[in-house]
Amino acid sequence: MLSLIIKRILEAIPTLLVLITVSFFLMHFAPGSPLTTERGLPPEIMANIAAKYHLDEPVTSQYLRYLWNILQGDLGASFVHKDFTINDLVAQSFPVSAEIGIWSFIVAVLIGVGCGIFAALRQNSWIDYSVMAFANLGIVLPNFVLAPLCILLFSIYLKWLPSGGWNDGAWPYLIMPVIAMSTSYIAQIARITRGSMIETMHSNFIRTARAKGLPNYKIVLQHALRPAIVPVLSYLGPAFVGIITGSVIVDVYFSTGGIGQHFINGAINRDYPMVMAVTILIGSLTILFNAIVDILYALIDPKIRY
Amino acid sequence: MKLKQSLIASAVLAAALGASYVQAAKVPDGVKLAAVQEIVKGGESEPATLDQQKLQGTPGSLRGRDLFEGLFNEDGGGNLIPGVATSYDANEDNTVYTFHLRDDAKWSNGDSVTAHDFVFAFQRLVDPKTAADYAWFAELPGMINATDIINGKKPATELGVEATDDYTFVVRLEKPNAYFPKMTIHNTLFPAPKKVIEKWGDDWTKQDHIVFNGAYVLDQWNVNEKMVLVRNPMYWNDKETVINKVTYLPISDVSVEFKRYQAGEMDLTSYQGIPTNRYKQLMKDTPDEVHITPQLGTYYYLFNTTKAPFDDVRVRKALSYSIDRDIITKFVTGTGEVPSYGFTPEIINGFDPVTPEYAKWSQAERNKQAKALLAEAGFGPSNPLKFPLLYNTNDQHKKIAVAITSMWKKNIGVTATLENQEWKTYLDSRNTQNFSVARAGWIGDYNEASTFLQILTTTAGSNDGKYSNVKYDKLMNAASSMQDPSENYTKAENVLINQDMAVAPIYTYVTKRLVKPYVGGYMPNPEDNTYTRDQYIIAH
Repeated sequence: MLSLIIKRILEAIPTLLVLITVSFFLMHFAPGSPLTTERGLPPEIMANIAAKYHLDEPVTSQYLRYLWNILQGDLGASFVHKDFTINDLVAQSFPVSAEIGIWSFIVAVLIGVGCGIFAALRQNSWIDYSVMAFANLGIVLPNFVLAPLCILLFSIYLKWLPSGGWNDGAWPYLIMPVIAMSTSYIAQIARITRGSMIETMHSNFIRTARAKGLPNYKIVLQHALRPAIVPVLSYLGPAFVGIITGSVIVDVYFSTGGIGQHFINGAINRDYPMVMAVTILIGSLTILFNAIVDILYALIDPKIRY
Repeated sequence: MKLKQSLIASAVLAAALGASYVQAAKVPDGVKLAAVQEIVKGGESEPATLDQQKLQGTPGSLRGRDLFEGLFNEDGGGNLIPGVATSYDANEDNTVYTFHLRDDAKWSNGDSVTAHDFVFAFQRLVDPKTAADYAWFAELPGMINATDIINGKKPATELGVEATDDYTFVVRLEKPNAYFPKMTIHNTLFPAPKKVIEKWGDDWTKQDHIVFNGAYVLDQWNVNEKMVLVRNPMYWNDKETVINKVTYLPISDVSVEFKRYQAGEMDLTSYQGIPTNRYKQLMKDTPDEVHITPQLGTYYYLFNTTKAPFDDVRVRKALSYSIDRDIITKFVTGTGEVPSYGFTPEIINGFDPVTPEYAKWSQAERNKQAKALLAEAGFGPSNPLKFPLLYNTNDQHKKIAVAITSMWKKNIGVTATLENQEWKTYLDSRNTQNFSVARAGWIGDYNEASTFLQILTTTAGSNDGKYSNVKYDKLMNAASSMQDPSENYTKAENVLINQDMAVAPIYTYVTKRLVKPYVGGYMPNPEDNTYTRDQYIIAH
């Protein structure tokens, strides 16, 4: 197990370096720059601003400077939010996304896995069809539709919940973002769980367990659930990263202040350090959670070896 | 040689010395105030910074007017009224301005706001180390040595500004300029706390360090969620301020903002806070909440005059004539925008607009003239004009572009294909003249015609169409040193539109804001310079 962890860490370094390098140069070669404004600044003023942010240096020097800074934990200064460093902005926004994400993940896993098992055990019944219809709806209903619908229903008509804001994560502010964020994940997890569970329930070892006269709940919980969850796990790793690094739609519609909005604003405004920071964050978390999933695989199914 | 006041100074002094108007909430008799004086406002998007010299964009100006105060403010009519300065004198040729500051203005740490803070602020605006986007704002009126300082040829201390004593601030200009006092309402000319900035450097804007001289101070700033301001007890007119807490919500999506307003979580939206598709219904259901105010802004199409056939005035005129502005403002934008036939908005101060000839014709006549001009330029059914029309990603721009291209097709047989680019790519295309015709908009920085006309002079940085006319440049150059430049502005506008059609004006912007009926003291002006300290919440 230790060798697996060390192997994963060693693999992560070149992967991240490639990610940083490709992202850095792609962004710098995009048309427009952080200095491009509608107000067409005089060249001397452009030169002063470029010098302040080292944008007057060759791109390779900027790249090496950037690498040196991130090695020291400095993600740079934002071109857009001048009163904050990127470290400040990430420290302020990532916990918001992480909190929404973790709650959404818990909700998605509990409801998704539960619905999936339930549908599988009642295969081809009206319950199965209802659950799958809900799952399909969750998949086709994007969160940019769901978010305003939630606001319309819970805030404007019923006046039960605040339509936006974060308020340090107070629960009334958390509910709608979690609904909007988790719905499509619930649907996906339910579908994967159902498929995997049906396949497992038709396996020979389940038939044997039935033949031995084991009660159904024991068959499901002790024998079927463990192998059935493996495909779900492979989905959950990247899904967890996606869910905790925030959603632009959720951030925009509910004004949460999460990190997703920074990513989009950063790209639109060519705020290179901001985009790089979010890219590195997502990249690192993806590598980390893929490694965790691999470890969990090995723990759940001893047949899996790396 | 001191002239005790120019025309503008008279107005200011009348207001100041009359002492009947100071910037503060004026609650009418009989109005019962709510027990809780808190307001939630649409804050557009996030401000780039609270450092007023590094400011760019209206979100920063909006909050900056609550947090800081400059030499002068504006009233609901767009007239100057006292701020930190109570009055000013100008010399005979308007090259030396002496501002007299009040002695009770204080920073939120208790220090006095002095003339030295203004000297320091103006100097850091032009200092290359500050790298201020708006450094040109000191060059525009011709502050002595501003250009050389920006170019790094002279130190910032050489700027033509001086504190003759703690409460007398002098600005010296290289050339006469009659409108300089109007420029002082712009945030970049607000004072900077010298002691605090010298102590903390670039970190002075951190919440633990920053100080303010406005009616409010920063309490909380959660990026992309909210900014909360609370009363500044050190503000010189705090006793006449009513609202205790202001929350700005940085929402740039109008439909999201509208839902927050509908849910009762916002008292006043941002200046573009009415979704176009809701306007008619709102006017029917809650007309008292809809506030439409003409704005100093022009929406126009920009011609690339360096590129054939847009270097031909006949083509430019044909394209401009055949745009039916009434249809655009009535059916496409539809929220009170005013059709525009000239570049400078008619509502601007000190401008005597002359209606362009083509504005007096019917649309049928315009189309007829347009066809004839196009034929003269060599375009017609056998040689149709085709070109791409550039606009940045935005539903409204797209709708307008679709409507105008169909007008061109129907009215004069011109085919324009739509070319949509995301914001920075679009700006890059404009800046490098990689376009034929492009959508553009301009919002004035101060209430004077030069804020518009200046951008189309040959050397202006924002002149992306590269329009150039010696006569126009001369008129504008002369205007900058005239006591009353309005005559030159009228002539320049005539050259720009009637003679050259350098751009195709489409409409004058409006601010369209929803304001709850219980918000008192909302006084919009053409620059949308509003102040929370003027406002109050009525019991409801």
